[in-house]
Amino acid sequence: MNDEFTGPAIEWARLWPLFAVFGTALVGVAVEAFAPRSARCLIQSSVAGVGLAVALVGTVLVALELPERAGGAARGDVTAGGAVVVDGPTVFLWGLLVVVTVGGLLLFAERRVDAGLPVFAGQASLPPGSTAGPGGPGEPSYEDWEHTEVYPLLVFALGGMMLFCASGDLLTMFVALEILSLPLYLLCGLARRRRLLSQEAAMKYFLLGAFSSGFFVYGMALVYGYAGTLNLAGVAVAVRAGGGQEVLLLVGAAMVMVALLFKVGAVPFHSWTPDVYQGAPTAVTAYMAAATKIAAFGAILRFLYVGLGDARWDWAPLLWVVAILTMLGGVVLAVGQTEIKRLLAYSSIAHTGFLLTGVLGLQASGDLAEGQISSLQAVLFYLATYGVATVGIFAVTTLVRDPGGEAGSVARWTGLGRTSPLVAGAFAVFLLSLAGIPLTAGFVGKWSVFASAAGAGAWPVVAVAITSSIIAVYFYVRHIVTMFFADPPEDAPVVVVPSPLTSVTIAVALIVTVALGVVPGPLLDLAGHAGQFVR
Amino acid sequence: MTLSSSTLLTSAAEGGHHSVPVVEAMSPDGVFSLLWLVIALPLAGAVVLLVGGRLTDRWGHWLGTATVTGSFVLSVVMFVQLLGRDDAERQIGQHLWDWFAVGDFQVGMDLLYDPLSALFLLLITGVSALIHLYSVGYMEHDPRRRRFFGYLNLFVAAMLMLVLAADYVGVFLGWEGVGLASYLLIGFWQHKPSAAAAAKKAFVINRVGDIGMSLAIMLMFVTFGTTAFAGVSAAAGDATESTMTAIGLLLLLGACGKSAQVPLQAWLLDAMEGPTPVSALIHAATMVTAGVYLVTRSNFVFENAPVAQTAVVVVACVTLLWGAVIGCAKDDIKKVLAGSTMSQIGYMMLAAGLGPAGYAFAIFHLVTHGFFKANMFLGAGSVMHGTGDDVNMRHYGALRKAMPVTFLTFAMGYLAIIGFPGFSGFWSKDKIIEAAVAENYLVGAAALLGAGVTAFYMTRLMLMTFFTKERWEPEVHPHESPKVMTVPLVVLAALSVLGGVLLLGDWVTTWLTPVVGEVEHHELPVPVIVLTGIVVVVVALGVGLAVLLVGRREVPREAPQDVSFVTRAARSDLYGDAINDGLVVRPGGVLVRGLVATDARGVDGVVEGGAGLVGALSSVLRRTQNGYVRTYALSVLGGAVILVLAMVAVTW
Repeated sequence: MNDEFTGPAIEWARLWPLFAVFGTALVGVAVEAFAPRSARCLIQSSVAGVGLAVALVGTVLVALELPERAGGAARGDVTAGGAVVVDGPTVFLWGLLVVVTVGGLLLFAERRVDAGLPVFAGQASLPPGSTAGPGGPGEPSYEDWEHTEVYPLLVFALGGMMLFCASGDLLTMFVALEILSLPLYLLCGLARRRRLLSQEAAMKYFLLGAFSSGFFVYGMALVYGYAGTLNLAGVAVAVRAGGGQEVLLLVGAAMVMVALLFKVGAVPFHSWTPDVYQGAPTAVTAYMAAATKIAAFGAILRFLYVGLGDARWDWAPLLWVVAILTMLGGVVLAVGQTEIKRLLAYSSIAHTGFLLTGVLGLQASGDLAEGQISSLQAVLFYLATYGVATVGIFAVTTLVRDPGGEAGSVARWTGLGRTSPLVAGAFAVFLLSLAGIPLTAGFVGKWSVFASAAGAGAWPVVAVAITSSIIAVYFYVRHIVTMFFADPPEDAPVVVVPSPLTSVTIAVALIVTVALGVVPGPLLDLAGHAGQFVR
Repeated sequence: MTLSSSTLLTSAAEGGHHSVPVVEAMSPDGVFSLLWLVIALPLAGAVVLLVGGRLTDRWGHWLGTATVTGSFVLSVVMFVQLLGRDDAERQIGQHLWDWFAVGDFQVGMDLLYDPLSALFLLLITGVSALIHLYSVGYMEHDPRRRRFFGYLNLFVAAMLMLVLAADYVGVFLGWEGVGLASYLLIGFWQHKPSAAAAAKKAFVINRVGDIGMSLAIMLMFVTFGTTAFAGVSAAAGDATESTMTAIGLLLLLGACGKSAQVPLQAWLLDAMEGPTPVSALIHAATMVTAGVYLVTRSNFVFENAPVAQTAVVVVACVTLLWGAVIGCAKDDIKKVLAGSTMSQIGYMMLAAGLGPAGYAFAIFHLVTHGFFKANMFLGAGSVMHGTGDDVNMRHYGALRKAMPVTFLTFAMGYLAIIGFPGFSGFWSKDKIIEAAVAENYLVGAAALLGAGVTAFYMTRLMLMTFFTKERWEPEVHPHESPKVMTVPLVVLAALSVLGGVLLLGDWVTTWLTPVVGEVEHHELPVPVIVLTGIVVVVVALGVGLAVLLVGRREVPREAPQDVSFVTRAARSDLYGDAINDGLVVRPGGVLVRGLVATDARGVDGVVEGGAGLVGALSSVLRRTQNGYVRTYALSVLGGAVILVLAMVAVTW
């Protein structure tokens, strides 16, 4: 163990999109330091935009060059001395993350919905109600300030997520978890309206996130105690070899899973979700709800499939229970909600349950019937449909406003279909997709994860999933009914006309949601083409 | 389509059992390759007229007439070509495109032109062209005339699809198309509640029949794996008789709906709410005969299903008397004609139910009936046109002087329908009665009685309309209709007289042999000439009775109310509506109310109970979401502990 430390070889050809993202974030920090305040917003958003574009192009280029492995069942390389794995699922998730982040960026930059003001607070420490400037009364107010740091924070979070789902060992995974989490904690506290709620959300998210990270580290240590390595492929070798202190492995794996399940908001680790989703600025909620889930499911899949694939029968029963609890808990709690963002938060918990159902579909590739979709393919596809619809639906919620901010109460949306059919129509389509109604992307996503789980014998979970879907339809459709089949109130909220930034986000999400519902084939094939994880 | 040109008729000497022809079409060449155009022309007309909107108002009616005339010309040319061919080469199939393919079920957009479709093509396009022309005058003052012609064109296209399709699914397409057109045209004057109700009634009753038709098609697919005439006719002999009986009865149900046969007859009388040209074209000459076409075309089904054939005969006998009785009591000229139509279609169905002995005569009567009934309906329209849209015959009388052309042409139709010797109806009806008598005395007697009753009510109509005393209101000034209306009348009258030539040298039976098989010769108990004599005598009796009861008495302007039970029953359509009401509508209402109650109490109870449970659970669980971070952390910790313990427990 006293060998001289040799730095790992970095395969730039595979990793450069990741570096491009981190580089963009660093440039953002430099801009924050050197550019004048008035020019920062434009420069920052442009820098982030260019960085994301480069990352997207880079992801595609890397994806095209991945070498085939295992006779074509997988493609990709283990890089950076085993710390980062760039394989098919990785690049698929990278692409998805970058696309969702572009949507987030567009929403971040929106300022027409709130009378020309940015969606973020002028100063993070600002208490509610204060508008006075830094020098006291008479100075330009904080209203005119803005936190342009949000752009580098967004890009940092993206970098963390990209690393998270590509981690080859638990240590990298932990570092990535922190890289992605810290910017999100900050972003949650920056809402311009309803400051207290926002700050409270950030605080809760941070405390609970830190708590769960502790589990991760401890679990990681126990796993190391069993396998003698943190590398997932190494853990897999140790599991296959058997023997040793198996309790260490099981307890360690359970603790790592606690942290990962916390990130995706699975019951009973979900309690933060509604509070944070509600308190965070909606643009951040949109981004976080979609991207965190994508990245964290990438990590869950990699941890369970690569590291613990051979211990499947140890963790599967547990995951059955968590999936069932998550689905039922999500939909049952959603039924009683009267706040739109909380409703969507519970809905996202239920979706976590559906995704876990898909994760349960793991089968050895030899057991897969001809033409059957693999669980990895199903989950990747589901993540795409969920991510797109989530960004879209939260974007729509920013448009309906009361004098004090967004009209958060479900009751305030009554009759919106009569006054603003376009906005209500878009919202309805996203709701239908989340409910999994045919001809929307959500239906194909649900169908694929259910089919995959049923194929692996998880019938009871699928039965609960279908029951939950039925309950979920109730609260989704109830909302559509109130929007379209009731008269609007006297003091109906204003529906603002957003700038092209938000409009484009909503329109693209809408088109993709419908297109994936009608012709899911190409994306399903792409997810299938990603193949297996590379060990 | 199979392209073989082998003999269509397998040898008739197969173990003494007569053979059922198999549909085996050859590929189209020459003018036959334009077969699709026969349908496409009126379809294009309908599209232009209905989509073009007001732009086409000024010339739309002429376009509509032109497209149908074009189809007629094409039909004539093809017919002449077909005449010049050998028997064996008289089935031409045109494959347009693959309509749909689901697994093993493949349906092509295939057309079949054979002697049977050829006759129908001539009848449909010919009569349609005349009626289109007539409508130019009849609908002149209607602001929605263009739309009327659009619907008419749509009807013609659908009807042609029905008779040209080479696949039951294609027939069904046309079947539904004519149903739609019929619905639109019955309710054309939708501002009248009675018209709207009549349209709805026709549509609903036809749905009942359509269920039979579609079930028959599904059963065919299940049994034979195909719904093409070629495939079904080739395999029909191999299926079990019970299957064939089921298919036959279901097809009969479909035929009953479209052809207004008992028990699905109730819509036809109400359908007279539509404009008169519609009654003439759709509800007399063409669409209502689709059932007869279906039975004749499906001869390969019915030949293998004797029970279904018997059912056809029974339905036909009941209907032919039912319609005739209704015709006797009605005062509305169009309803008399409608009852008569029912009755005459009953004759056709009767013939079709008799098997190869009757198929050709069914089609023969169908054609002659198409001529004379269209003639009389248009004549009735002309009468209404001249008397201010009055349909009550009690308000007519002595119109022969005011409307000589209408009178003369109507008289030709009248003589044809009662079967006056020499006129077309005489030949066609006589043949059916002959075949019926040869089959079964009871059936023969019903057919004979029907002929007498027909003579009675048609004479009554003639007398009340054109003879007896003038009974119209002083402000009504009966006048002859314009040329554009009388010319079609003259043409149709000529055809009514001369339609019988089709039987010269047994041409029509020989012509249809490739489709329906050899005509069997049954021995009649009496020489043919004697039977014909009996028929003529019965008809004369009917006429005489009418002259005695109607012609010799004063016809009151108001219908007398103190009439016999029979008259009252006939006036109310033999209680057809009451029967439907009692047997279907009211039990249906009870059933629906029962289902609603079950749904409200049982199903809703379960659903709402479930929803209530979920809601209650939701409000309980929400208490865990109290906003305190310490509670949340506890939940995470508790979850982690359970997870770890469970993980370890699972392994041990």
